[in-house]
This record gives sequence, structure tokens and C-alpha cells, in this order.
Amino acid sequence: MSALATLRGVSKTYMKGKESVDVLHELDLDIPEGDFIAIMGPSGSGKTTLLNLLGGLDRPTVGTVTVGDAELSSMSNNQLSRWRSNNVGFIFQFYNLLPVLSAQKNVELPLLLTSFGGAERAKRAQIALDIVGLADRASHHPRELSGGQEQRVAIARAIVSDPSLLLCDEPTGDLDRETADEILKLLQTLNKEHGKTIVMVTHDAQAAEYANRTLHCDKGTLETREAA
Amino acid sequence: MKYFGLIWRNVWRKKIRTSLTILSIFIAFLLFAFLSAVGKAFTAGEDLADAERLIVLEKVSIINSLPEAYKNRIAAIPGVEAVAHANWFGGYYQEPRNQQFAQFPVRPYEYFALYPEFEMPEEQLEAWANNRQGAVVGSQMAEALGWEVGDRVPLTATIFPKTDGSMTWEFDIEGIFSTDDPRFPVNFMLFQYDYFDEARAHSQGSVGWYILRVEDGADPVTVANAIDAQFQNSRYETDTATEAAFNAAFAAQFGNIALIVSLILGAVFFTLLLVSGNTMSQSVRERIAELAVLKTVGFEDRTVLGIVLSESVLIMLLGGLLGLGTGWLLLQSGSMLPGVVLPTSSIFTALGFMLGAGLIAGLFPALKAMRLSIIEALAVRA
Repeated sequence: MSALATLRGVSKTYMKGKESVDVLHELDLDIPEGDFIAIMGPSGSGKTTLLNLLGGLDRPTVGTVTVGDAELSSMSNNQLSRWRSNNVGFIFQFYNLLPVLSAQKNVELPLLLTSFGGAERAKRAQIALDIVGLADRASHHPRELSGGQEQRVAIARAIVSDPSLLLCDEPTGDLDRETADEILKLLQTLNKEHGKTIVMVTHDAQAAEYANRTLHCDKGTLETREAA
Repeated sequence: MKYFGLIWRNVWRKKIRTSLTILSIFIAFLLFAFLSAVGKAFTAGEDLADAERLIVLEKVSIINSLPEAYKNRIAAIPGVEAVAHANWFGGYYQEPRNQQFAQFPVRPYEYFALYPEFEMPEEQLEAWANNRQGAVVGSQMAEALGWEVGDRVPLTATIFPKTDGSMTWEFDIEGIFSTDDPRFPVNFMLFQYDYFDEARAHSQGSVGWYILRVEDGADPVTVANAIDAQFQNSRYETDTATEAAFNAAFAAQFGNIALIVSLILGAVFFTLLLVSGNTMSQSVRERIAELAVLKTVGFEDRTVLGIVLSESVLIMLLGGLLGLGTGWLLLQSGSMLPGVVLPTSSIFTALGFMLGAGLIAGLFPALKAMRLSIIEALAVRA
């Protein structure tokens, strides 16, 4: 498999007051296209920072981050925004749906940045909701959905613009075991049947078992462990 | 337009708060409509003054009268083409609060000869001239009060009792005058000076002011100076000025209306900015994570800025248009201030205020949303 994302010599340093904190240290990583990677590690180990760099939400202090043909480290904020809208889908622990919008309209959000008309947006949102098994809840607002359903809507929003890369930050952290397994199976389906490359940060070892391989992040470095 | 649905739903995320904000904007623009209409009514005469018309007043004060005997002497001054006179009557119809229209005793033919702006059928003018108790009214006022030709209407005097001690003056409506110029208020009443002068208990033989037109080619300043020189050192010295200056002085009797209106509206709009700005600030504070999500999925900084600014402008437009529209309807109906209408210029000014106030109120919250760091905003939630 060719690499969809490549990190070379990536270091990330934050300033905490007058003190600098090294979060990632000279990291090299290749993420093959179609892979499903779990990243585990203790709090503050740099997992989410790594995810932010892959998603173009942050830039490395040193090194390069390349996803597809895009070298993210050298792009402006607006270029990164446009790149994100076309190439990456985000799934958060707390779903982060807009409460004022229905499930359908939440899913349509990324499509507002495209040239699609209203009918086309609605059609694509409906397909995405169908994939996550929530076509019949399109008109429901987030407050009318369970946690698992909200996360499914968030996944539909992440895939609606058909990005190659899905970045999941603790996607099951707010769900019970049964619902978490359903969400993880859905992610597996998206990986295996729809070819999505998935990088998932998690504290949950059982969740990590759904991935093809697990990277352990500690003190800014990575260690690989293949799935059984 | 594709963001309108998102903007509309964000505006109504807290229905009570948004409704109260819109209500405050509604009241501010309703007040704006009334105050600007009243202010315009007071100063309209200055804008509409005829450069060839001069007004002769008593030198000391506009409330002092002049002898009616001055009329022929003024008419004889070179450069004067025609002369008329008028008085302030100061009556009201039915209730004191109805004292919203002016009444002037004049001589019919003389007055209409000087004001060609007013149009009235010749037979109505003639009927009025032949009826000592006759009166004519402006079309706006007739419409507002429901008066028609043939009606007999009583007015209660506040300055001029009749010789029998009565304060009630009765008039026969003989005509209704109008004008093609929409800027010209036709919201006053004219009645016969001869009836007024004979029936009033005091001040007979006096007039409030003279109106004259200078001949073509005559210099209005020279004519004005000649009139004032004529009556210099007399018991009733005169001060002759252009119609615009007279109208301004007349309005000034009630205080500096423009300043008062500006001060009230300034205070109202300043408060409005604080209220709307607070609403928008709260709205942005409450959805930091949502705004971060918008940016995460690819909304550019300027798009987020535009969305928040649009929400602010939309709230201002909703309240403002409702307030302005209600004010316009009430003024048009004449039920509150007969003859006073909302000037077109004020409508455009109000629209400018709505856009400006919306942008100013939303600016800082929008900038905050635009500069939002996705990582920091999402970290707060996590």
C-alpha cells in the first residue's frame, strides 16, 4: 500500500508560560492508504497533537506533514481550511453537532463549502445518513438522539464530502460498551468497504483492537504494535 | 444565501433572548420613525421655502403682532408684487391633545395668490370667500379627521376668546386644498380673517405676520431693507426675512427640535448597540466549540466572520424593519399625528442605521469567532 500520509522529522513544541514543552519529538510515520490505525498512550503523550497535525489543524515546529499531494506544514490557514473541507473528516469524542440543526442539516454542513445546490446537498447527506444507518432520523435534532446516534450523525458528517482520511479523537469515549462496539464496527466498515483511511486516538484497548495496528505514543515518540 | 439557513437557526437558538433583543430594536426604530417625522414636520418649512417670498415680523418677537394698516404701506414699497397676512390661531378640535394642526386666519384670494403650490377647485375658493365662517383644510388633515366639504366643525380657542366670551369658534368647511409636491405638508386649516377679526375679543386690527412676493428682477434683500426702514422708529418696528428664516425661527419657538431629536435618538441607539452587542457576545461565547467545528470542517476565517456579522445584522433588520414599518403605518393612518408623515430620507437613514448598528454590534464577537483557535476551543470541551 502506498502511504497516504507521511510525517518526517516532526517535532512539536508548545510554550506553557515561559516554559517550552516538547510534545512530539522527531517523529517519522507512514500511514498507508486504506489503513486503520489506533493511537494509544497516556494523557499528554501527544496523541491528539499528532491527530491535529495530520488534520491540518496545527503545524509542526519542525519537520513536514504530507497527506496525499499536500504538504500541510507550508500551507496558509485558508489553504488548510479548503484542504480540510475536501480531504479529511473529523470525528470527536463529544460529537460536536450543532444543536440548532437537524441531523440532515448537520451532515450537510461540509457541503455548504462546495458548489452543490440544496437538492444535491440533501441527496448526499441522505446517502451518508443511510451508510451510518440513520436515514430515518434525518429530521431529528441532536437533543432527540441518543449518544450513539449523535456519533453516527457525526460520522455521516465526516464522510459526506467523501474524504480519503478520517481522524477520530476518542470516538467512543462518551459511549457505553455496546454502543461503542457498534460505532467501532461502523468505522471498520468504512475502512474495509469504503476504503477510508482511519486514524483513531483512544484510551480504550478494546477499541484499539478494531484497528489494523496500534501505535503507542509516549513522551513524543511512537512504538508500533500490529493487531492480532 | 446558502448560509442563510444556518444564520437563521443561530439567530433563534435562544428564542426569548433574541425576541427581547428584537423588541428593544423594534421600540428604538418605532421611536426613530416618530421622532424623525415630527422633527421633519418642524423643519419642513425651511426646505420648502420660496426664495421670492419674504415674511415681515414684529422686530422684537414673533409672538408680537403688527397693525393691519401696514399692508397698504408694504404693498406700496417698490419691488413688492403682492402682500397677504396671517395670524396664529392656536385652537383645537374636540380634545386639547388634538392640537396637532395649525389654523391661520387669512384673506382667501390674497393668500392663495401667494401660495400657488396649493391647489383647490376655483368654485371652492369662491365659496369660501363668500362665507364669512367658511374655512378650507389641507387634504392630509381632512383625511385624518374625516372632514368633508359641507361639514360644520367647532374649534376651541386657546388664545382668542370671542366677544361674547365663548371660546368656541364654528366653521363651515368649504374646500379642501392639496399639492402635487409630496414634500409639502398640507395639514393645516385656513379661515376668514374678517370673521376672526370681528369676532375676537382683543387685538382687533392686528396681524401675526405679512407674507409678500417680490417682483421679478427685484432684489429681495433691498426690498426687505426698504420695508424695515419704512417702519423704523415706529411703535411696531419690523424685521423682514426670507421665508426660510421665518420657518426656522417659528420652529425654534419649540426649542431646537433637531438637537432634541438627535440627542434622544443618540441615547436610544447607543443603548441599542450595548444590548445587541451583548446579545451577540453571549451568543458567540455559548458556541465556541460549534464555531471551532465549523472551522474544522473547512469554513474559512472570513466565512465565520461573515456568518456572525450576518446574524447581528439580521437581528437588527428584523427589529428595525418591524419598528420602522409599524411607525410608518401608524403615521400613514394619521391616527396619532395627523398630517405628519415619515420622510423618505428618514427611511433610508433608518436602513443605514440598521446595517451600521448591526455591523458594529457584531464586529467584536465576529472578530473573536474569526480568530478562534480550533485546538484551544476544542480542548476546552474535551
